[in-house]
Amino acid sequence: MDKLIAILSDLHPDVDFETETGLIDNGILDSFDVVTIVAEVDDTFDVQIPAEELIPDNFNSAESLYALIQRLA
Amino acid sequence: MMQRNILEYLEHTVTRFPDKCAFSGENGELTFSEVYTQARSVGSFLCSEGFEHQPVVVFMKKQPKTIAAFMGVIYSGCFYVPLDDEMPQHRVELILQTLNPAASICDETTLEMAKGYANTGKLYCYDEIAETPVNEEALAAVRERQIDTDPIYIVFTSGSTGVPKGVVGCHRAVIDYIENLCDVMKFNSDSVFGNQTPLYFDAYLKEIMPTLKYGATTHLIPKKLFMFPVALVEYLNTHKINTLCWVVSALTFISSFKTFEKVKPEYLHTIAFASEVFPIRQLNIWRATLPNARFVNLYGPTETTGICCYFEVDREFGEEEALPIGRPFPNTEVILLDENNCVPPQGEQGEICIRGTRLTLGYYCNPEKTGEAFVQNPLNNRYPELIYRTGDLGKYNERGELMFLSRKDNQIKHMGHRIELGEIEVVSANHENVNTACCVFDPEKKKIAMYYVGDVAEGELLKFLKQKLPRYMIPHTIRRLEEMPLTPNGKIDRNLLKKRTMENG
Repeated sequence: MDKLIAILSDLHPDVDFETETGLIDNGILDSFDVVTIVAEVDDTFDVQIPAEELIPDNFNSAESLYALIQRLA
Repeated sequence: MMQRNILEYLEHTVTRFPDKCAFSGENGELTFSEVYTQARSVGSFLCSEGFEHQPVVVFMKKQPKTIAAFMGVIYSGCFYVPLDDEMPQHRVELILQTLNPAASICDETTLEMAKGYANTGKLYCYDEIAETPVNEEALAAVRERQIDTDPIYIVFTSGSTGVPKGVVGCHRAVIDYIENLCDVMKFNSDSVFGNQTPLYFDAYLKEIMPTLKYGATTHLIPKKLFMFPVALVEYLNTHKINTLCWVVSALTFISSFKTFEKVKPEYLHTIAFASEVFPIRQLNIWRATLPNARFVNLYGPTETTGICCYFEVDREFGEEEALPIGRPFPNTEVILLDENNCVPPQGEQGEICIRGTRLTLGYYCNPEKTGEAFVQNPLNNRYPELIYRTGDLGKYNERGELMFLSRKDNQIKHMGHRIELGEIEVVSANHENVNTACCVFDPEKKKIAMYYVGDVAEGELLKFLKQKLPRYMIPHTIRRLEEMPLTPNGKIDRNLLKKRTMENG
């Protein structure tokens, strides 16, 4: 989880990823971020996120994203 | 009679397809007759305020009404300048300083934001002025005075000195562009466009103008969908979209996630792409998925009104090959010039220079930069003739097709946007605790890396840049250095920093 928070914080140092649950709904992440996150997750966790998992629910919080990574690992 | 005003597209189409949907988006849709009526109302209002031959800012969210506002500004004899609510404050301020517009047209979401800026001119709310009774007499009088070299729009592009440059487009150049583009692309009234590009560059002309010309339809795709590839393709299918003119990164976004294993575009038959080199592996995924579709590579800078060259993919390409940018549109000529302003021998590289009606009028209130790029054709010393020097290097392959090679300067193309690395450096150096800054681009990983010397933390500098620069110009990595590596002549050693970036990721 710490590694994931580090990836996200690199993109948005001003966001508290421990508590934020509306990363997509509140417009914090954009398509640049999502593409970067997918690439970084691949590099760091060796997990390839497939197209059908690229949905708002999986990216709204660091927690849900981490759950996705664990599910795919 | 010869067409001399782009509004003639709309006026012709509204008689044929008054009730057909012209533009749809998240905030509703407009038929051609609604676009026509609202545009003429906006035009009548601006006339009544006494504006003509002046810039009018359109500061609205991306929606069908924004396009009607553009047309309304042209009806008044003014020229529109699109600004986006997501542009950072600093950039908007710089643009407004350059423009000093007569007025700004806002929507209900941007009006409050606009009040926070100086130099906006008078502020108007679109919904209010779009109900103005049409003043036929005033509009006819404006039309009588308009000529085809009058400006239509100004779009701002990255400038290496830190100040964005406003490229001024005119009726004649846009008509030349659209007529030739439509012929080559075979657009018609059955074209259903899915628009991806923002309305604050000129890329949207490829969809909006043919829509007005033929009575086609353009769907403004919600930006959010470009995070979710499956939903994006489903959107294309739901709206029966058959034609795309996208930046390359938006197309590879779909193909690289193996989206086509889940869902395929059902109606697409024409796919044009621009602004970057299409990686052949991704292109081949698209072609294998849509074997009967046409794929067309488009090339051209904003200064020559959008696109000036095209290449229709007509054969198989291997992954190590590069896609040509092909040949110029009819009525446009490409000239390659070497360092001595001579045409290089066949197969050798030169700067891509453009000749033709297609040239825009230059940079707004910037004769110096205009004079550097829009120059007398060095091959002609007999009469005045301007060419535009793109700064791109190209050559012809053995088939006689034009190939793009690289840039002469530090301009890059990233996620479909044209970026001067110098602009990022200048803005970074504006931070009070930054001494020097240097940006490099890793073309393989498509990452912008920034190196700086100064007394500020990396995260702090990132926050600062986010307030000053548009999203796509924010560096992916920011590294503080004890000192800048220098070349023997004392310049920052960009090549070393680039090498270091590409090695370390």
